[in-house]
Amino acid sequence: MPKIPVQFRHNGRDVAIFVDGGTNLLVALRELIGDMTPKFGCGQGGCGTCSVLIDGELHLSCLTLAETVAGRSIETLDGMKQGPNLHPLQRAFADHFAAQCGYCTPGMLMAAKALLDRNPAPSRAEIVEAISGNICRCTGYEPIINAILAAAGGRASA
Amino acid sequence: MLELRKDIFADERDDNLKEIGKGTQRQDMLGHVTGTSSYFNDHQLQGMLHLKVVRSTEAHARLRLIDTTEAERSAGVRRIIRGSDVPRNLNTLLSLINFGKDDEPSLAVDKVRYKGEPIVAIVADSEREAFEAIAKVKVDYEPLPAVFDVEDALKPGAPVVNETYPRNTFTYHETYDHQKLRFGDADAALATADHVLEQRYQMSPIEHAPTETNGAIAAPDTNGRYVVYTSTQALFFSVDTCAKILDVPSNTFHFIGGTVGGGFGGKVDTLTEPLAILGAMLTGRPVRYVFGREEEMQYGPPRGAERIYVKDGVMRDGRVVARKIRAYFDSGAYTRLSSYAAVKCAAHLPGPYTIPNVYGDVYCVFTNRTPATAMRGFGVTAMDFAIECQMDKLANLVGMDPMEFRILNAYRDGDMKAHRREAKNTALIECVQVAAEKAKWPIRDEFRRASSRKDGGGSRAVIPPTPTDSHARPPAPAQQRTSYDRLPPTVTREPPRDPPPPAPPPSPRPAAPSHGATRFSSVFGTRRR
Amino acid sequence: MAVIVKTFASASEAAGALSSDRGARYLGGGTLVMRALNEGDVSVSTVVRASDQALTRIDASGPRVLLGAGVTFARILAERDLAFLHAPARSIGGPAVRNMGTVGGNLFAPTPYGDFTVALLALEATVAVQGGFGSRDIPIEEFLQARDRQAGTLVLSVSCTRPASSEAFRYRKIARIKPKGGSVITIAAHLPISGGRIAGARIAFGSMAPTQIRARAAERALEGRSLDVGTIAAAASAAGEGTSPADNALGSAWYRREIVGVHLRRLLSGQE
Repeated sequence: MPKIPVQFRHNGRDVAIFVDGGTNLLVALRELIGDMTPKFGCGQGGCGTCSVLIDGELHLSCLTLAETVAGRSIETLDGMKQGPNLHPLQRAFADHFAAQCGYCTPGMLMAAKALLDRNPAPSRAEIVEAISGNICRCTGYEPIINAILAAAGGRASA
Repeated sequence: MLELRKDIFADERDDNLKEIGKGTQRQDMLGHVTGTSSYFNDHQLQGMLHLKVVRSTEAHARLRLIDTTEAERSAGVRRIIRGSDVPRNLNTLLSLINFGKDDEPSLAVDKVRYKGEPIVAIVADSEREAFEAIAKVKVDYEPLPAVFDVEDALKPGAPVVNETYPRNTFTYHETYDHQKLRFGDADAALATADHVLEQRYQMSPIEHAPTETNGAIAAPDTNGRYVVYTSTQALFFSVDTCAKILDVPSNTFHFIGGTVGGGFGGKVDTLTEPLAILGAMLTGRPVRYVFGREEEMQYGPPRGAERIYVKDGVMRDGRVVARKIRAYFDSGAYTRLSSYAAVKCAAHLPGPYTIPNVYGDVYCVFTNRTPATAMRGFGVTAMDFAIECQMDKLANLVGMDPMEFRILNAYRDGDMKAHRREAKNTALIECVQVAAEKAKWPIRDEFRRASSRKDGGGSRAVIPPTPTDSHARPPAPAQQRTSYDRLPPTVTREPPRDPPPPAPPPSPRPAAPSHGATRFSSVFGTRRR
Repeated sequence: MAVIVKTFASASEAAGALSSDRGARYLGGGTLVMRALNEGDVSVSTVVRASDQALTRIDASGPRVLLGAGVTFARILAERDLAFLHAPARSIGGPAVRNMGTVGGNLFAPTPYGDFTVALLALEATVAVQGGFGSRDIPIEEFLQARDRQAGTLVLSVSCTRPASSEAFRYRKIARIKPKGGSVITIAAHLPISGGRIAGARIAFGSMAPTQIRARAAERALEGRSLDVGTIAAAASAAGEGTSPADNALGSAWYRREIVGVHLRRLLSGQE
């Protein structure tokens, strides 16, 4: 069966891959591009650890058919660092102990980035809503919320 | 935020500490926030194949026929693995420490004992092709009566779940069908208690639901060994389990793990590694076996469901004088770790309280449910739930404040615990006091002044006369009506039933500090260094 | 065999492909079909898509609102003219699911999902579908009753009544997890008022039957009356009639029957 060519931008870089029919974006990113930052957690849209930004919008890569992102721009945690420096959200997550096992962290950070890109000074309730599709089973939501608040505050005062 | 209460037990602690009480960055944090922490599934290997299993649709059935003819011809299928392909297709996890009998196959052969039990494994070029082949495997089941309730499983005539344990109970010391704890005479104390309260507590199985599902990738290495990336929480345990099941020396494997996407006890059972390695052995290719989310939730081992009966005797002044417990741990169809949970549970009775008469029977029971395993304090957590519910109810029964009631009954340094070890470093009283303070819950001065280091030991250090179980038990001696803090001085220590073991050779180590750890194996009941 | 993906420029071509292949499923936002593929559902062998702009159309100008089947919940939340649908749209998933999930797909979402469809059922929606033999409008109740047999038809759009006031339409999703979780019960109520009395009450429940259903006994208790304490009590006590909830991980059938009246009463009396 012929593979399907797909071209898109991946963290600011043009990429081209060939996918099998039915391949989801998560598998395409991990196995064909080698970006291991989005994780498989459920394949059902329940956990959010595969979250990526498509044209700036938060999407679940495991529920996205890979070929539908042709010509679009994908951002993952792999592209979040600013050169050698951590993104303010990454710094805040580290400083606020907002990761335990680390498995939900890529999705949490992308959900947080989707929020702050649109709303640089969110309320606590808006943060809770923004990460409501992301599950942390180590139950560390409070440090995560505090980290996002701090990143937003730090940015506003900078 | 974390608050260290250095005022409590201040004299017992060297406060010149370099790490405790100070913030320290985790060594894996940078990897986590940059997404570069490497989990088992983040390894991409050339030519990797995918393994999926056919799972039983029946809770209990004889397998008349497993027909894989059509599946073998299905596109992309590289290998079909059956029970007969597994070198040692019977294992129990704790056999590594000589505890329990081998009772669980990697792939079912003659019988399935729970819904979801693996029967056949399929190794294919893609997950999709493996799923397509699964749909083509035909299994002819002869359904058998199933039992899902722990007490039903113990009734005469109940279906035998697991032939290794024909009475549906785990066998301790090759003889006993339960863990027994006897301390004092609970029946006599109950007979004279002012109030008796008996309650039943039923827990549900709880799935750990780690965000990363269980899985492993195994690949042939160049030197005849196999490299295995795994989500296991217990790396060396998993290495040895695989070595046993696959009947090879453990140095055949190079296990790489340590970064686990949430475990909570649900990743110690070594469910995916043996089949992934066997797949790699049989195909010569890297093989990945990872649970889907539904597999993880339905067939990943949960915390077992416990049923607990607690019967307590309490005096009008609030002293609990007897606690009698019957507990049933639902192990599911195989042992995994519930046998050990029952041992831990028995040692934990009667909770962090000094009760002069304690009686416990703890059963590890087999049913046709998903095998249960470790989860965060298993063996103790559910019992504590039951005990603390019971403490609230007892406090209410005697009209006492629940916090004060706990302080009154709390164990103290020097007290004899029901499993005949002296209580040390007890701190329940202080915990309750701080909890009351934080919750702005008023407690009276005498309870605020109580201390774990005061008023323990003495008569409370004595092992009370304890009748042995027999069908015609003599009536309880009269002095056992008394409560622990007024025990008459005539009570003698329980005579040892067996000659005392020879004294251990003197330790070459310096004497442990009074608050140092002494290793105690709750499985063997022996102290080891 | 990999899955075959067929993408068409027009909805009618996609509908043709869908109706001629038993293994074909239409891919909207992906939250149902991709999930099925990820879980190894081999009954799906062909995925059909359409890039037709008509499927993402919103027409909110008239008394009946038209939503293309491919309209996402995020888009509904961005439309000020659709404020009455914001509560149901917001109750679905987290932000990522709302960016992906569509109105058309929600019609097929099994219990405990399909919350938006509960709102549509209360708002007297009609579903425009295209089968092999042209397009037609189906009342949403009829559509839901035959949902299992709708796999070969393509939903083009949904249209529903715009409530006369914000008071006239109420929505509540009961979940155990805050702020988001699967539905224990979802309730939507459309209560048009004419001359101080309710005329044309429609109450819809999610998770109280195999598909979303109307609470006809509660509707009868409201019809022609003013929304006072007595009427609300009568509707609440009739809430469970005709329902057939099931046990699932979020709640038992017994629990759902016990609480449905409580939540209907709270919804009708404007309590939080």
